[in-house]
Amino acid sequence: MREEALIPHIGVVTEIRQDTPDVKTFRVVTPEGEKPFTHIPGQCAMLSVPGIGEAMFSITSSPTVAAYLEFSIKKCGCVTDWLHQMEPGQQITIRGPYGNGFPVEGDLLGKDLLFIAGGIGLAPLRSVINYVRANRQRYGSVRIVYGSRSKDDLVDYREILEEWQTDESLEVYLTVDREQPEWDGHVGFVPSYVTELQPDPSQTVLMCGPPVMIKFTLAALKELGFADTRIYTTMELRMKCGVGKCGRCNIGSKYVCKDGPVFTFDQLGELPDEY
Amino acid sequence: MRKLSLVSLPLLFAAIDERMPLYLPVRSDGRVEFTRWMGGQDIAFTGNTDRSAKDFFFPQSEELMRLRREGKRVEVLDTRREAEDFVLFGVRPCDVKSFDILDSVFLAGPVDSYYATRREHGVVVSLACHLPSSTCFCSAFGIDAADPAGDVAAWLAGDTLYLRANTEKGERWLAAYDTLTEPSDENAIADLQQIRDKVSALPLAKLNTAVFGGDKLATFFDLPDWESLSVACLGCGTCTFVCPTCQCYDIVDFYTGHGIQRLRCWDSCMYSDFTKMAHGNPRTTQRERFRQRFMHKLVYYPAEHEGVFGCVGCGRCLRKCPQALHIAKVMRTLGKED
Repeated sequence: MREEALIPHIGVVTEIRQDTPDVKTFRVVTPEGEKPFTHIPGQCAMLSVPGIGEAMFSITSSPTVAAYLEFSIKKCGCVTDWLHQMEPGQQITIRGPYGNGFPVEGDLLGKDLLFIAGGIGLAPLRSVINYVRANRQRYGSVRIVYGSRSKDDLVDYREILEEWQTDESLEVYLTVDREQPEWDGHVGFVPSYVTELQPDPSQTVLMCGPPVMIKFTLAALKELGFADTRIYTTMELRMKCGVGKCGRCNIGSKYVCKDGPVFTFDQLGELPDEY
Repeated sequence: MRKLSLVSLPLLFAAIDERMPLYLPVRSDGRVEFTRWMGGQDIAFTGNTDRSAKDFFFPQSEELMRLRREGKRVEVLDTRREAEDFVLFGVRPCDVKSFDILDSVFLAGPVDSYYATRREHGVVVSLACHLPSSTCFCSAFGIDAADPAGDVAAWLAGDTLYLRANTEKGERWLAAYDTLTEPSDENAIADLQQIRDKVSALPLAKLNTAVFGGDKLATFFDLPDWESLSVACLGCGTCTFVCPTCQCYDIVDFYTGHGIQRLRCWDSCMYSDFTKMAHGNPRTTQRERFRQRFMHKLVYYPAEHEGVFGCVGCGRCLRKCPQALHIAKVMRTLGKED
């Protein structure tokens, strides 16, 4: 029988980390204990719980991690509810990788990078950030602006504190929506924080977050002089097949699962505003 | 080219069906559907079937695999089988063209193996449209109803059926029935022009396709006409189900009592939950969903397929939409035709 993209492989969830009250990070390997496949930062995979359903998630670990894939998943539907209540050792199914990913070996090489993330939007960018950290000399400056509802909602906060903030080659700017005890950092929404930071428009932006954050941050970046061609984002649409056939993630003549999920804003400008 | 007298047709059908299942348009209970041949049926040589023949390659629902989940263990069972040879006889020129469009989706990499095996094992015998319906407009999309594609093309003229192989597969298939047919002169079919004249005299034959195409997103996307065109749409999805080129699908898991069946089922962009996800729905009203279906056929598909449209003018949506909201109406309204 020939290859069939829709038939998944078995994945074993070896570790589950409670990241925030509604986000857990799952480590997945093959039954033989190996990494299921290699990927490009920004690519996605279809995970399924047989009998419950299948859904597309961005791969949050860096390709430079040789032993496993990681997925940071917010609890917000049938499949994610089930994933959140399972225990380590559980088998699931996995297929992928899907999509184009960020051009880490192309356009981004040698560039000054400005990462902007909101909430669970850090998940796909974490893959790029850690890839860049592992290949640090091949990229320019790296600035990360990350905001969330509260300190407890910052995904991968421990890694941010212990690895990113201690890494002298990165600048990390965190913000939370509202004042709270035990938080002496910045308070305010991501778009206004970006304006406050006055980033140089020569940087290349990689942005992911809730639609409302994207909308206002994009406006702020344009105000600062950033060109649409220098702003990358990654899209999320409902998907069933992952290979450009089922029709769900179709926007204009593109399919987000195979032509995306990573687009620059000038590419998105060519598409109907239906995302 | 081969020919046989119509009186011998039941013999040919019997011989075909003996080798592989033969499906052809059969009239029954006021409907015409592709049905397994069994002799004595009312075969519809004119008009078209109520539903298209896409089910034979892309069934309304099909098992993709079986799965098991017991405690922490999960099993994936690949239940795929190679399809068996079959023949579709009497596929109309519009529907034959629709297979090209389905191919462009399912056979593009990564190849859909479920579709591919049926396509490889199916022999398509087309039939020139001797009596097109008033709802037909295949010629608007450049389809020649007098000279159809398919593995083998067939024509009915007087009391004779003419058969011509178009592909290598068709040639091999047709040769198996050489004892039942006799050679014929290539120019034996006199009424090709007659068919073309009939088609070009149809009420929708002059439907203007030139205003549409892959570069027309900005021209049509924000037109206020979408509101008036879609206001009566019920979102029932009938257009999608009878459409020979609609191929969106859903994947769902179903508990059989002995395990889990993962099924693929036809879906429709006309349905409200088609794009609905945890954070919201990018197409919130029927206006957006209605626009998606027609923009896909007239603009998005041509943009990625060298200008070929995603409609073949079969006219099923004209006949079946309970609200008479069909593609011809959309094209005339957007193209500002009267």
